[in-house]
Amino acid sequence: MGAIDPVTLAVIQNGLQQVCNEMDLAFVRAAFSPVISEALDRSDGIYHRDNGELIAQGELGLPVFVGTMQFSTQAVIERVRTLGLALDEGDVFIVNDPYLGGTHLMDVKFVKPFFYGGRLWCWLANTGHWPDTGGMVPGGFSANATEVEQEGLRLPPVKLFKKGVLDAEILSIILSNIRIADQRIGDIKAQAAALAIGERRLAALLDRYGADTVDRAIAELKARAAQQMRARIATIPDGTYAGQAFVDSDGVVDEPLRIAMRIEKSGDRLRFDMAGSSPPCRGPMNSVIATTKSSIYLAMKHVFPEVPINAGTFEPLEIVPPEGTFLYAQYPRPVSGCAAEVSQRIAEAVFSALVRAIPERLFAAPAGTSGNLSVGGTDPQRGRAYVMYVISGGGYGGSASGDGISNGCSTIGISKTTPIEVMEQYYPVLFEEYSLHEGSGGAGEHRGGFGVNYKIRLRRGEARVSMVMDHGRAGPQGALGGAEGGVNRVRIVRGGQGYVPAHLSKDQDIRIGAGDLIEVSTPGGGGYGDPFARDPELVAIDVGRGYYTRSEAAERFGVAVAEDGTLDLARTAALRAGRRPQA
Amino acid sequence: MTTIAGIDVGGTFTDLVLFDEASGEVRVAKVPTTVDNQAFGVLAALAESGVAPAALGAVVHGTTTTTNAMLERKVARVGLITTRGFRDVLELGRRTRPKPYGLTGTFRPLVDRELRLEVEERMDAEGNVVRPLDEAGVARAAKELLERGAEAVVIHFLHSYINPAHENRAAEIVRRVWPNPYVTVGHAIVSEYREYERGVTAAVNACIQPVLHRYVGRLAGELAARGFARELLVMQGNGGTVSASIVAEAAVNTVMSGPASGVIAAAYTASQSGFPNVITYDMGGTSSDVALIQNGLPQVSTELELEYAMPIHVPMVDVHTIGAGGGSIAFVDEAGMLQVGPESAGANPGPICYGRGGARPTITDANLVLGRLDPQKLLAVERAVPVGAIRARIDEAVGARLGLAPDAAAAAILRIANDRMAGAIRMVSLARGHDPRDFALFAFGGAGPLHACALARELAIPRVLIPARPGLTNALGCVVADVRHDFVRTVNRPLDAVADDLVANVVAEQIAEGEALVARERVEVERLETVHRVDMQFQGQSHILSVALPGRAATRAELHRLFEAAYWQRFRVELKEIRPVLVNVHTAVIGKRRPLPLALLAAGGLAGSLEDALVGRRRVWFESGWADTPVYRRDAIPPGARFAGPAIVEQLDATTVIEPGCEAEADRLGNLVVAVNG
Repeated sequence: MGAIDPVTLAVIQNGLQQVCNEMDLAFVRAAFSPVISEALDRSDGIYHRDNGELIAQGELGLPVFVGTMQFSTQAVIERVRTLGLALDEGDVFIVNDPYLGGTHLMDVKFVKPFFYGGRLWCWLANTGHWPDTGGMVPGGFSANATEVEQEGLRLPPVKLFKKGVLDAEILSIILSNIRIADQRIGDIKAQAAALAIGERRLAALLDRYGADTVDRAIAELKARAAQQMRARIATIPDGTYAGQAFVDSDGVVDEPLRIAMRIEKSGDRLRFDMAGSSPPCRGPMNSVIATTKSSIYLAMKHVFPEVPINAGTFEPLEIVPPEGTFLYAQYPRPVSGCAAEVSQRIAEAVFSALVRAIPERLFAAPAGTSGNLSVGGTDPQRGRAYVMYVISGGGYGGSASGDGISNGCSTIGISKTTPIEVMEQYYPVLFEEYSLHEGSGGAGEHRGGFGVNYKIRLRRGEARVSMVMDHGRAGPQGALGGAEGGVNRVRIVRGGQGYVPAHLSKDQDIRIGAGDLIEVSTPGGGGYGDPFARDPELVAIDVGRGYYTRSEAAERFGVAVAEDGTLDLARTAALRAGRRPQA
Repeated sequence: MTTIAGIDVGGTFTDLVLFDEASGEVRVAKVPTTVDNQAFGVLAALAESGVAPAALGAVVHGTTTTTNAMLERKVARVGLITTRGFRDVLELGRRTRPKPYGLTGTFRPLVDRELRLEVEERMDAEGNVVRPLDEAGVARAAKELLERGAEAVVIHFLHSYINPAHENRAAEIVRRVWPNPYVTVGHAIVSEYREYERGVTAAVNACIQPVLHRYVGRLAGELAARGFARELLVMQGNGGTVSASIVAEAAVNTVMSGPASGVIAAAYTASQSGFPNVITYDMGGTSSDVALIQNGLPQVSTELELEYAMPIHVPMVDVHTIGAGGGSIAFVDEAGMLQVGPESAGANPGPICYGRGGARPTITDANLVLGRLDPQKLLAVERAVPVGAIRARIDEAVGARLGLAPDAAAAAILRIANDRMAGAIRMVSLARGHDPRDFALFAFGGAGPLHACALARELAIPRVLIPARPGLTNALGCVVADVRHDFVRTVNRPLDAVADDLVANVVAEQIAEGEALVARERVEVERLETVHRVDMQFQGQSHILSVALPGRAATRAELHRLFEAAYWQRFRVELKEIRPVLVNVHTAVIGKRRPLPLALLAAGGLAGSLEDALVGRRRVWFESGWADTPVYRRDAIPPGARFAGPAIVEQLDATTVIEPGCEAEADRLGNLVVAVNG
């Protein structure tokens, strides 16, 4: 096999990418679940026939799935080998087992063998977040499950389609165990149809360039991606960098969980060691190893967004298995918080370590919580049960290039919020407020972005409120002397009495009635650099906009703004001269 | 019989196309765009045409004044009056970030926070008043905004699309004290649900209203001073025109009118040539615009974004911009992979061949080295750069790093560029539910015809159309565009809960509104046409599917049938068990103008033979290698002439490459129709 010419190589790279993008597109356009069609919570990719390694992944997929599906594909390959299963064209495996290369149960993967020239050529796989897979709470985000069985239906790899025919018996088991089952058939068809489109497009690519050439290109592309990642890593000074992050609690035991992150850089390799992190927890904040690894991959992709993604990209990243910690969950530890929350804390730990190494490329911590809130009840006026989900953003951290943006999406997501006008059409609620969480941007030379305040009043009937959020105890970390962002806050006003969840950011089944109010404030981003070095004019503008009060400007930034909004330079100089010693 | 002038302002040139229906004469003009005030270029183009403004029956103007104002944020200081508790909606957006990977970036809301005021009022989703409007509060807010220096104001209340009473009342109160006409009322711009998108669309309107009002006022005045006695018409993003006298009321409709007029010309031209279904490809210096035309009608979208987090939800020709143009830079990345774009050399310094200091090779430079462009005939050159020097730069930046000879390196740049552009065109058509193979490719703009045959081959598109004047397509769009007004109304209810005559009633109101507008415009139209469609979805879905209505009304049962048929057509899925929802009702009121004889554009060469058009031969590179290639002068090619590739066709502002194996034919309207083989 000779070297492949550079032009063909680039064309095949684009071709493989295009196959995945077309799968992404087909899936999202035909899906029913708003989590897939609106929140884009899905991903599609091509995987190696023998070892399940990632070959290419759609650019429109949800970031948290960077790398995860290769683990579930590997689980399918393992299953096929162990059980000696025959593979046929048109077979599609379904799997959502978190311990077999998964995330949480709601991420349902379809894995399909792709045949070319009569033999297995690769695997095509996709993941879609189903709105429900059974379990103790609608939607699956239980705040206090203590074993995975409470979280929903767990499927090992089984053939949902056999030779292209949907297995009615397996389907009936699934539909009997999940909520809103009637709409799932639409999602199942969309998810399988996306893989079928991938098959057709990939066959066309192989017809055109030849299977051998494409094979060689794939091997070459893997080597090149590794080379590119190494080149990026080489720009980081050699050394060991320590970072950490905390999860408020596991939802059951009210104690913070620590992620310890030691990143060792030598030459063109990075080694991630999480030894010293908290042991496995009782509540659902455990992370399976596939999610732990892909959280680190995702964090690196946020730091080096220009590096393309395939198995080679991850090669220079050595991850020491965090055995004995909550980041390496074993059956039957509950895991429903891992994809939405713990993954973001792991990424935050990576950011907090690397910002010491390459501050010019990094940023202070982003809000980093998905802010899942669900309100379930029956609307007496319409005589209909409902579950309303509110997913929130928060501020991003300041960076070398400027202030953080406000109300950014979670680190792992790319979805948009549902408009208030749509929520109020569907559910018996009235939003009283949707506003900027003033003061929440962490102070810094470049300050953090701001979180959101929202207030929801229940108009009719009774409902139960659950939430899985984070950063209630401590705000997102600042960097290089910047202050941390404002914390997440939840308060329920029932019959005029305020109630704050014991775990601050996690609770389940809070009963509310008509007229009661749910109040949430989401975190702001961390500040970047010394707040006393922030341009006083910018602070005065921030005060004029009501982002900070005058006393916050004085205390956090050492800037004196007069009552009429003008900058008091003399007093500012005095404030900054008499600054408190640096922490 | 009348004389009509279409004048389009582009980034570099202001183009004019003028039809004299009485004499059958066509005139064209091309003058430099005057960036600071586009009106000077417009007047210069008119002067160059040699026709006195007094003799003109109509002037149709395509301007990028509002688009540029938005992109550069040189806009009016705007205040907002909104529902208590929601003044930050415009700043918080829909919880997004600029790019999927990387957590940095910036966003500045259109209205700064100190200019966003709240008043007591609230509607619910059914349009019931939850809290009455605090009228005194509205008056106070207006006064306060004026004191803080706001020039324009937006009134934006929750759920005004279902019940606009509070917005209307607040507007009355504000107008009493507001010293100018710049009062934008949210639901009047777009009566569609989703508070962020409706609010931003209204805010965009307010931001550019004063800018457009002044610009159009001055231009109309200048034209009148030169004796032009008729109504000046302005192009809108929906591909139709509107009178200058009312254009500023919905100024937002003119944003993105530039690309729209090209698509309108393409639809007009291609339909007359017998190609009702085309993909348009307008390749410029930094980017390319792609649009779909089906059955002669450009696809219209109400969900375009001007830039990150700036949705503009008024109906606009659905033009998708891809980040590849003649100025896209080629380089080898650290993985040793050849990349082309998205970084662009733009107009300054531009490609190396412009001689303005550009040092990094671009697509245009590769075309030059490969003989596809004639270095003598580049329009934008400041100082000629020898081809050898360009080849050396390509060798250095690409060839040496990939182990390719200089020519092969230039060829590789084109191959990768075409591959990426074809991929992007494919995604644009697939995202809209179409297979590109069912379309012809209509290529225009300076660089579109250079790449069209190669792109079509990559996409398995069988036919390419190159119009008679590829560089004047936008100006032609101004001349052929109809008067057009679009209306959207949100219903968003399950179909079985909708009254049987609801669509008929909404449509009747929309038509009445449109007719009233046309009557105010004093424009000569042959007849009024209306086009109606509805957006529908299955309950639980968030994507909508647009369904054309055959008439002015449709019962529930008819809507159900139409939707199911459209859904099957699109997804090959039947979903009997799920309820459909009627989301929006759309009406376009179109004042048809008299059709124009396009063949006039092909003027010249009518009597000659193909040999007369042959002006020389040169070496040109194709995938099969270098070939001695005939060069034809476009305006001398007679209708009906046929020739096979390889061939180069040159005209003032565009070069067409006919690839080997392709066959070109000049049709009776002056278009080149290329059959793309293999």
